[in-house]
Amino acid sequence: MKPATKKFLTHYVWSQDHKVIAIQYACTAIAVGLVGVVLSNLMRLQLGFPGQFEFINAERYYQFVTMHGMIMVIYLLTALFLGGFGNYLIPLMVGARDMVFPYLNMLSFWVYLLSVVVLMASFFVEGGPTGAGWTLYPPQSILPGTPGHAGGIVLMLVSLVIFIVATTMGGLNYVTTVLQARCEGMTLLRMPLTVWGIFVATILALLGFPALFVSGVMLLLDRTLGTSFFMPALVSMGQASGYKGGSPLLFQHLFWFFGHPEVYIVALPAFGIVSDLISVHARKSIFGYRMMVWAIVAIGGLSVVVWAHHMFVSGMNPYFGFFFATTTLIIAVPTAIKVYNWVLTLWHGDIHLSVPMLFALAFVCTFAIGGLTGLFLGNVSVDIPLSGTYFVVAHFHMVMGVAPLLVVFGGIYHWFPKITGRMLDDRIGKIHFWITFLGTYAIYFPMHYLGVLGMPRRYYSFEGYQFIPASAFSLNTFITVVALVVGAAQLLFVFNLAWSAWRGRPATANPWRAASLEWQTPTTPPGHGNWGPQLPVVYRWAYAYGVPGQGEDYIAQNAPPEAGGLEPEARGRSEGEARGAPA
Amino acid sequence: MNASAALRAGVARGGRPPDTRASAAGIGLWVFMGVATALFSLFVMAYVMRMNGSDAVAIPLPWQLWLSSTLLAIGSVALQRSATAARGAEPARARRLLWAGGLCALAFLAVQLWAWQALTSTQVTPAGNPGAAFFYLLTAMHGLHVMGGLAAWAWTVHAAWPDPAAAAWRIALCARYWHFLLAVWGVLFALLGWVTPEVARAICGTP
Repeated sequence: MKPATKKFLTHYVWSQDHKVIAIQYACTAIAVGLVGVVLSNLMRLQLGFPGQFEFINAERYYQFVTMHGMIMVIYLLTALFLGGFGNYLIPLMVGARDMVFPYLNMLSFWVYLLSVVVLMASFFVEGGPTGAGWTLYPPQSILPGTPGHAGGIVLMLVSLVIFIVATTMGGLNYVTTVLQARCEGMTLLRMPLTVWGIFVATILALLGFPALFVSGVMLLLDRTLGTSFFMPALVSMGQASGYKGGSPLLFQHLFWFFGHPEVYIVALPAFGIVSDLISVHARKSIFGYRMMVWAIVAIGGLSVVVWAHHMFVSGMNPYFGFFFATTTLIIAVPTAIKVYNWVLTLWHGDIHLSVPMLFALAFVCTFAIGGLTGLFLGNVSVDIPLSGTYFVVAHFHMVMGVAPLLVVFGGIYHWFPKITGRMLDDRIGKIHFWITFLGTYAIYFPMHYLGVLGMPRRYYSFEGYQFIPASAFSLNTFITVVALVVGAAQLLFVFNLAWSAWRGRPATANPWRAASLEWQTPTTPPGHGNWGPQLPVVYRWAYAYGVPGQGEDYIAQNAPPEAGGLEPEARGRSEGEARGAPA
Repeated sequence: MNASAALRAGVARGGRPPDTRASAAGIGLWVFMGVATALFSLFVMAYVMRMNGSDAVAIPLPWQLWLSSTLLAIGSVALQRSATAARGAEPARARRLLWAGGLCALAFLAVQLWAWQALTSTQVTPAGNPGAAFFYLLTAMHGLHVMGGLAAWAWTVHAAWPDPAAAAWRIALCARYWHFLLAVWGVLFALLGWVTPEVARAICGTP
């Protein structure tokens, strides 16, 4: 092999550099995410203009629903936050040269890519992808009446199992790197909240994904070997099946034991990133840093004891309903603390309405609204009538679809200069922001009303229902038109990424004047090994903004100790103590 | 080259000094064992919930499982002693015991397959009843974890062969994982053997 070819392959393809792996992860996730957007628009075409598009029959509609859900939750958001942001930011933010297991990290990406390829292959097998809904509830998910019964469901389950292997390999790296590879002075309570969010989310992923693995493997065996883990005795399409005695409820418990933490696997990194964006772009230290850390930890802990609130309609002992409703509502406490702290960080801040900041602010209100409807649905008696309606679609899209995506955009606009050495185009960014932000409100806000009207979700068509007024259909048409516009606007973002990576305005090393460590690398973009000959030494937290009496309005984490700007808890201690124990 | 110069050189290359690598690998293994514990705990819960079903029956466990358990236990002890020998500068003994540990695990897998064969020859199939389905599933899952361990063991043999003392930490990590595999197998064996449908019903509170 020519040396140049070999260099290209080891630098860009079989790379063990966390930054290249992060870009590989992010590009793959964004590509598969665009497929998810197209699928959502196809669904909306049927809902907004029922029967106008012949190729969208009921079977295909369910396939679009299923693949859209699974792609967005698992293959886009989880992969992008942990594999993309986690990979890029953890080593740079904690002052490490790379992940502690670079080879495993490389494997993690390639195994993730394999899972995506297997998932996409299901579009091309006989019968197409599965149309079982993203929850894949048995018995219907593996019975002949469900679209994609032939190969689609098998490929879906195999792809999920492969994805979990990839996530575990990545997760081992992220957790161990945070615990083990922090530079001198970088105590756990000096890490930026982005790292805290990704760290706790990774722990949740490592504990939650095994539940999906268990349910996926057992469902696969029910489908392929005819075991009856989840399948009860039943008659399907007029034929008695060979199944007997299995428990569909067992699947639901396993699925949601993964499924609810999954919400926070996506939300916690978003919480962390948004805290950093708000602090940097409001030029103010984050309000209540330690409270924010403990809130992240508390939310992570609570998120594993609320899963059955997804199963209120499946029926359970009333005491369990009470328990799960209570734990669900208690999550509102640490979450509200975070929202208050974001607002208090903004209070009297020097707010710069840059594109990342716009996305961060949009996140705070979108998340608050999505969270408030969560309080409705957390109550058993309110959930039962609303659970099968568009109210739930509106709720979860606001809280775990749009809100985290706004952070993804904000995060990419924020860190793009470090990743490429060039700025993303501001004008396109602002157009993209306003269309996405206002557009998603125009899409999901009306859905709450449709849900309260009783409009059922998961339906292919709504003809012949007396209780649905004609205005609901007009609203559906409106939503579809906006969804198409918002979907198309995402191409602006993709164009901006591609164009700016090569033609964008060259960025300085620290264009946002941020204090955290990733902006203090000797070169931009950082080279392999990140830090040149000497690892950085950290003397303060990542939020030293607006310190009185300083020339600059920020002090980098690794600026000499004389610069001051210590975290509030360390002030008043001697310098040696405050510097923290070497990692 | 003295220690600090070696450390500087390692840092300049982007590498980390061996003691950091050892402790990183140690933490990584603890985290992985945590993940595997979560996985097997969920399998155990699924087993108990499913065995609570009215169609569940206990299956007679093949005698080979006692043999395989013994082999896994011997492997675990062998690797522990190999790590001690490597640290105590007894390279030949460390190598012998390292081999013994891996071969015992290989033999464990072979005997597990023998147990499968014994069970299938008496018409106990995965689709037959949940007890059998879980037997095959849980032994296969555990077997996959043993295979993963064997891959790491093969790498350790490769890395530790020239100088076991320098790679004692690798052998110790293998030993730790072998103890974990043994503990998991102990729980699974007890589960398959003694958590019968009656016990499962008692746990689930089914009348």
